[in-house]
Amino acid sequence: MNAIQTPNGFTLDNSGKRVVVDPVTRIEGHMRCEVNLDENNIIRNAVSSGTMWRGLEVILKGRDPRDAWAFTERICGVCTGTHALTSVRAVEDALSIQIPENANTIRNIMQLTLQVQDHLVHFYHLHALDWVDVVSALKADPKATSELAQSISPWEKSSPGYFLDIASRLKKFVESGQLGPFANGYWGSPAYKLPPEANLMAVAHYLEALDFQKDIVKIHTVYGGKNPHPNWLVGGVPCAINVDGVGAVGAVNMERLNLVSSIIDRTIEFIEQVYLPDLQAIASFYKDWLYGGGLSGQNVMSYGDIPEHANDRSFNNLLLPHGAILNGNLKEIHEIDLKDVNQIQEFVTHSWYRYDNENVGLHPFQGVTEPRFELGSKTKGTRTNIVNLDESAKYSWIKAPRWRGHAMEVGPLARYIVGYAKGIPAIKEPVDKLLTDLGLPVTALFSTLGRTAARGLEAQYCAHLMRHFQDKLIRTIKAGDLSTANTTKWEPDTWPQEAKGVGTTEAPRGALGHWVVIKDGKIDNYQCIVPTTWNGSPRDPQGNIGAFEAALMNTQVVNAEQPLEILRTLHSFDPCLACSTHIIDKEGKELTRVKVL
Amino acid sequence: MSTYPDSFYAVMRRQGISRRSFLKYCSLTASSLALGPQFVGNIVHAMETKPRTPVLWLHGLECTCCSESFIRSAHPLAKDVVLSMLSLDYDDTLMAAAGFQAEEVMEETMRKYKGRYILAVEGNPPLNEDGMYCIVGGKPFVEKLRYAAKDCAAVIAWGSCASWGCVQAAKPNPTRATPVHKVILDKPVIKVPGCPPIAEVMTAVITYMLTFDKLPDLDSQGRPKMFYGQRIHDKCYRRPHFDAGQFVEQWDDEAARKGYCLYKMGCKGPTTYNACSTVKWNDGVSFPIQSGHGCIGCSEEAFWDKGSFYDRVTELNVFGVEANADKMGLVTAGAVGVGIAAHAAVSINKHKKTETHKKDSL
Repeated sequence: MNAIQTPNGFTLDNSGKRVVVDPVTRIEGHMRCEVNLDENNIIRNAVSSGTMWRGLEVILKGRDPRDAWAFTERICGVCTGTHALTSVRAVEDALSIQIPENANTIRNIMQLTLQVQDHLVHFYHLHALDWVDVVSALKADPKATSELAQSISPWEKSSPGYFLDIASRLKKFVESGQLGPFANGYWGSPAYKLPPEANLMAVAHYLEALDFQKDIVKIHTVYGGKNPHPNWLVGGVPCAINVDGVGAVGAVNMERLNLVSSIIDRTIEFIEQVYLPDLQAIASFYKDWLYGGGLSGQNVMSYGDIPEHANDRSFNNLLLPHGAILNGNLKEIHEIDLKDVNQIQEFVTHSWYRYDNENVGLHPFQGVTEPRFELGSKTKGTRTNIVNLDESAKYSWIKAPRWRGHAMEVGPLARYIVGYAKGIPAIKEPVDKLLTDLGLPVTALFSTLGRTAARGLEAQYCAHLMRHFQDKLIRTIKAGDLSTANTTKWEPDTWPQEAKGVGTTEAPRGALGHWVVIKDGKIDNYQCIVPTTWNGSPRDPQGNIGAFEAALMNTQVVNAEQPLEILRTLHSFDPCLACSTHIIDKEGKELTRVKVL
Repeated sequence: MSTYPDSFYAVMRRQGISRRSFLKYCSLTASSLALGPQFVGNIVHAMETKPRTPVLWLHGLECTCCSESFIRSAHPLAKDVVLSMLSLDYDDTLMAAAGFQAEEVMEETMRKYKGRYILAVEGNPPLNEDGMYCIVGGKPFVEKLRYAAKDCAAVIAWGSCASWGCVQAAKPNPTRATPVHKVILDKPVIKVPGCPPIAEVMTAVITYMLTFDKLPDLDSQGRPKMFYGQRIHDKCYRRPHFDAGQFVEQWDDEAARKGYCLYKMGCKGPTTYNACSTVKWNDGVSFPIQSGHGCIGCSEEAFWDKGSFYDRVTELNVFGVEANADKMGLVTAGAVGVGIAAHAAVSINKHKKTETHKKDSL
């Protein structure tokens, strides 16, 4: 094909060498990526395909809306809890249920806990190996590593002996010949820039973070009984508070509050003394690598989250900012109306679903989905052995959502761009400081590295918000308010015959919305549009490419056999494929078209 | 002492753990696995000398909650399991390699360790649409699963997806998501159900296999007896309130604040076989009932299709207690009655469980 211009400003040319990465690893779920490289190994066409579908929303049809949180929570075990919270908010919106202040506070603490833990795991365990060469760490001098570590952070685990232990453990591990999860990485690629000492420090923190992340989520265990997949409740939270009387041991009591508090303290410490110094140190070696901006310099969107006060739906009440930015115009922040059928719409021209008229998009309240797995005529391979996808036809299990027709990027960077544009000090000041420290202009934010940096800064902001809400909870209890649930509309006979609602959160990966229609006490329609549906979307009828594809464009790949740069940029979005592939049939028909051929 | 460069013992020593503490650990491991003191020696020997058994960890239709749970393990720590106790050669969620380099690793392990590697499966294969609801490397996941299973020593079915089907297999199961034991028929399949399973249960099951070179004793449904032999209700710390007829009547009432029994709020503890009320969650911090919500029965087959999580598990007279208690008044769909009846039968005689649950299976 000749080069084609997309309406959102990218020139696609699929005439060069096709490179396939499948499976894309270190993500949640299943994803495939294909790119075309020109003679200089520059990506001139990018194709991202979600390769799984589970049909959860079909399954929700006819169920009790109070149960929906448990089903939707199982959309994703990585961002565990955020779907559940979105779901209870959607049902409460539909049924006009007010929740107690303590319930809002505890929900915020749980959501922030997820945000921080997920960002930490993403940085160290899913993303770090795109920047950190584990094999190079073997060459590190432990003493020099110690000096490096102590020069950037007061973190106490930084002695030469400590790094010597890590280095010997790593050496013995490698000498065993069984490299386990580190086998066959792109080690030694010239795209890795860190000196051996920085690599060794990062490997040490990879292991420390693996130990520590399990402690952060104990906050979910206190308030929700377990993690992954804590318990939630329409109308409030299930954990009762009792700090004085008989039975306090079976409720949220002083010991439980102390446990949460101590975890929050340690979380703030870990983020500020390990995560952020590592982020800055690693970024300083890659600050010339500013690929991957994609849509971030144009169109970004955040629904906002973390309501300061219960039951206040105004945007000013949200501590993670609300708004959309179009065409990179940071001076104008648009409000998003999730119930306006002309704003958010999903398209399926390039997705494995069928609409009667595929030129139009459908709002989630009117969503129609029939899966239709069919490959384009230019596909290489067969129906069950795909060699190359044909992106001119249907090529993904992800739909293409658009806001007022625009492909949008969502996620930590989108939230931070909106927050920066709004001039929110808690967001803008740390961004400016990081950029100044690295000697980079604001435009450097619009990059793979910017995405990774925003996630780290957000982890810090959220860790401090955890402290804020935990203190607030204690203040409210002190004032005598122990209430955690409102049960006045618990029974379905108190509900209207028909109701519609929307719930949103800012999941770690970005804007998440659930749309529910309730009829006669049962779910009549349930739709989710999740962050990776926005970011990983295929093309739309106008030819606009989504955020993953846009971010890969024009990146130079050092070695086509080891396309580290592709992983780096895709991982910067923290893709979550189990989340992104969802459907509901509006008519509630069972999917009789689905059959084994 | 150590004949293997990165044995579990060697790792513990490097972390500053004394031999005495190491032996204590082995003895604690033996007791937590309900083994007698005569087994301590075996554990010591195994942890000092054994090379690491390769594990291929595949992901089908799932949500990755099992992997997330696994890395929450406090004893042993996930890093020690992964780096020292086994060799996690393939796991798309954690591995550094991607694309064809990742597939190469799997091939190599299958070749080098033919008949000796463990296949761990998280999630399940969908069979509708030629299996193309879950595509890996351009092919249906079910193909990859069958291929990886052919030379494995045993299969571990992590979580309720791999064990029973779980949420994507809830009615109407649009993708025909199918549990592993219905696809892999010629290998032992150890089911470790739960959504997700408890972290320390996951690591205990796998370390048991590595330590003793044998499969754990399984119940009639293929679950390790040591963790799935009793109902949550049997060991629940709120059980005395159940026996005394003291129940939470609505969320956040006085009884909820006093920690009374959640049976009337729909708790499925009386029909759920799992270790939540004993091992508890996240290093023993709590478990669902302790934090005020009833058990939703997430380790039971087809738990999604047994009515609302807030419906009581059975007609009241089945348990012979609180016969006059108020009904919750929830109207449930016709299918729910079947589920409740099935559960009632289960709670009376767990040996009939397999047959009873077939009604609700895929």
